[in-house]
Amino acid sequence: MMGRYELLLALAAALFAMGLFGVMVRRNLLVVVMSVELMLNAVVLSFVAAADRTQTLDGAAMTFFIYVAATCEIAVAMALLVLLARRRGTLDLAAEQELKG
Amino acid sequence: MSTLTLIPLLPLLGFLVNGLLGRQLPTTVVSIVGCAFPALSFVATCVVFRQFLGTGSPLEDTLFTWAATRGFVVDAAFYFDAITAVMCLVITGIGTLIHVYSIGYMHGDAGYARYFAYLNLFLFFMLVLVLGKNLVMLFIGWEGVGLASYLLIGFWFQDPAKTAAGLKAFVVNRVGDTGFLLAAFLIWAYAGTLDFQQVNSYFGMTPPTAGVMTAIGVLLLVGACGKSAQIPLHVWLPDAMAGPTPVSALIHAATMVTAGVYLLSRMSGLFLAAEHAMTVVAWVGALTALAGATMGVTQYNLKKVLAYSTMSQIGLMVMACGVGAFSAGMFHLYTHAFFKACLFLAAGAVLHALAGEEDMRNMGGLARRLPFTFGVFLLGTLALCGLPPFAGFFSKDEILWAAYASERGSVALWLIGMTASFLTAFYMFRAVFMTFFGASRVDPHVSAHIHDAPPTMASVLAVLALGSIVAGFVGLPALWREAFGLSAPFYDLLAPVLGHFEPRADAGHTAEVALMVLAVLVGLAGIAVAWLRYGRAGADLRGGKPGLLHETVSRGYYFDAFYDKVVVRTMDWLSDTVLARRIEAPLTRTSLERPADAGARMNLWFTRLQSGDLQTYVIYALIGLAIVLGFGVAHG
Repeated sequence: MMGRYELLLALAAALFAMGLFGVMVRRNLLVVVMSVELMLNAVVLSFVAAADRTQTLDGAAMTFFIYVAATCEIAVAMALLVLLARRRGTLDLAAEQELKG
Repeated sequence: MSTLTLIPLLPLLGFLVNGLLGRQLPTTVVSIVGCAFPALSFVATCVVFRQFLGTGSPLEDTLFTWAATRGFVVDAAFYFDAITAVMCLVITGIGTLIHVYSIGYMHGDAGYARYFAYLNLFLFFMLVLVLGKNLVMLFIGWEGVGLASYLLIGFWFQDPAKTAAGLKAFVVNRVGDTGFLLAAFLIWAYAGTLDFQQVNSYFGMTPPTAGVMTAIGVLLLVGACGKSAQIPLHVWLPDAMAGPTPVSALIHAATMVTAGVYLLSRMSGLFLAAEHAMTVVAWVGALTALAGATMGVTQYNLKKVLAYSTMSQIGLMVMACGVGAFSAGMFHLYTHAFFKACLFLAAGAVLHALAGEEDMRNMGGLARRLPFTFGVFLLGTLALCGLPPFAGFFSKDEILWAAYASERGSVALWLIGMTASFLTAFYMFRAVFMTFFGASRVDPHVSAHIHDAPPTMASVLAVLALGSIVAGFVGLPALWREAFGLSAPFYDLLAPVLGHFEPRADAGHTAEVALMVLAVLVGLAGIAVAWLRYGRAGADLRGGKPGLLHETVSRGYYFDAFYDKVVVRTMDWLSDTVLARRIEAPLTRTSLERPADAGARMNLWFTRLQSGDLQTYVIYALIGLAIVLGFGVAHG
């Protein structure tokens, strides 16, 4: 049977897959960013699960670093999203294909 | 670094200063820089020459080893012996004088600094040419003077005709250079060295088969023909008169065009072992002397008369080399430098006075208006005609004597030389009469401004005219030496390198006296005929309808037309049909165009991957991740 560690990893994998799916299929940029956050949290969960299993602080310490990075990333991403929304009046990804070769 | 290296280095410095900074410097500074470095180079030459006379042995200076592989070493080295001494003194001495003359002549020209830079550059390369210790060094100078000549012929580059003349000189010289290079390869293949002394002694001691010797000799002659305007590569010299007149005097009369004679003399050891090549050299020289003289008769352009005369005189020098009298050739080179530079510069003074008019039909009666110029021109002419006691007499007489009395000489060569002398006297006095005597045919607008040369030009003319009178006394004929108990320092100087000229046993003193008198009489006859035809009052200077002979000669025996019709057309046809369509087009299609097209198509396919859609890129990243992980699992 699956123990607590395996269950937590399965949950993290499920969350990661959901996030990835969201990044791939949703057309709204805001939702895409939210999906990215979901993937990030799936990874954090796997770290916490590992820390719980090994009874060390390494995984927990990594969590703090990830949250600091994630906070910064969100702050920048939100600012960009607001500017993009103001400039184009939409956050639909279909409108953002300027780099098409 | 020794004084020897300074000789070529000083003009190079002058070139760098004027070439890089000339446009910012005031004219006075440009003139001083332009003339001072050649003058210093002349001083250095004199110092080295004294050293050379003191020790009597050649001086050497090796700067560095330029190329060294197994069994083959080329040094960047200078070598100073008697031949070099003569050449260097002529080049730097006359070169300096012509630089000074140019101050007056080029005054006010937009390219004043550029002119002096080029002229200094020419001196540098010319000195490298004569000072080089081996064929490679000589070749550097050889190509360098070609470049300087090209730059100076096309100096007024706004005129397409002048640029074309420069290009022609350059291209024709390439033909000669090919011969020179092939000769150098052959020399290396047999002697295994390119050092002059070693080459001469190798071919002198152990010459290969006669065929090889002839090939090397003739190929060297081809090189000399290109540079020294000998038949059949003479066609560039008349056109080269498009350059400023001092350039014609320095490069196309006194120094560069005599490089071929220098080459023949420098390789005398090789040539003396190549009998057939010597015969070819003698006949090419003789024919050029005759053809140049006849073409000179038909010209109306004052500078072109002098150009053909130069060609003819160098023909005589080459003929002297061909009959084994190398020192006589060198002696004529030396005296010719004085009087031909004098004539060109005097002609320059005439053009200067007449606002650039070069056609003798529009001159006449200038003796009264330009008395000084007339005087020096007359002295130069008398020297060129070979009348005693002027410089040309001694050198030309020695050549004619050698052509007759040498082991390799013949009556035919002597007769051709005499005919050329007669024609020389004729066309030179034709030029004198048309330019300086008779009624003035000068355009009245121009006539009002006629003035004799300014001091910078006049002083140079005076020095060169003096040289035309006295330069010959250092090389008195053997007959005079014995009769008056004098010596000939010039021949004594050259004897260790080029040997003394020994006449055949059956050519005695009586013959020498007879030939000498005959040569003078022939010169006087030429002058008399010129007076009858052009000098007398009421002489018809325009001439009637030109006959077939006149037409042929005045068009340079159709050499130009022949080259244009046969060589240029053939090359054009070959390029258009065979090379362009059969070879170049298929070659570029398969090697360049097709691969380029394939690249373009592939590129188009890759651009489609770049959709600009963020989510497509995420999928690409995912595929990449899957591959990496799959690889890790498979090989983990």
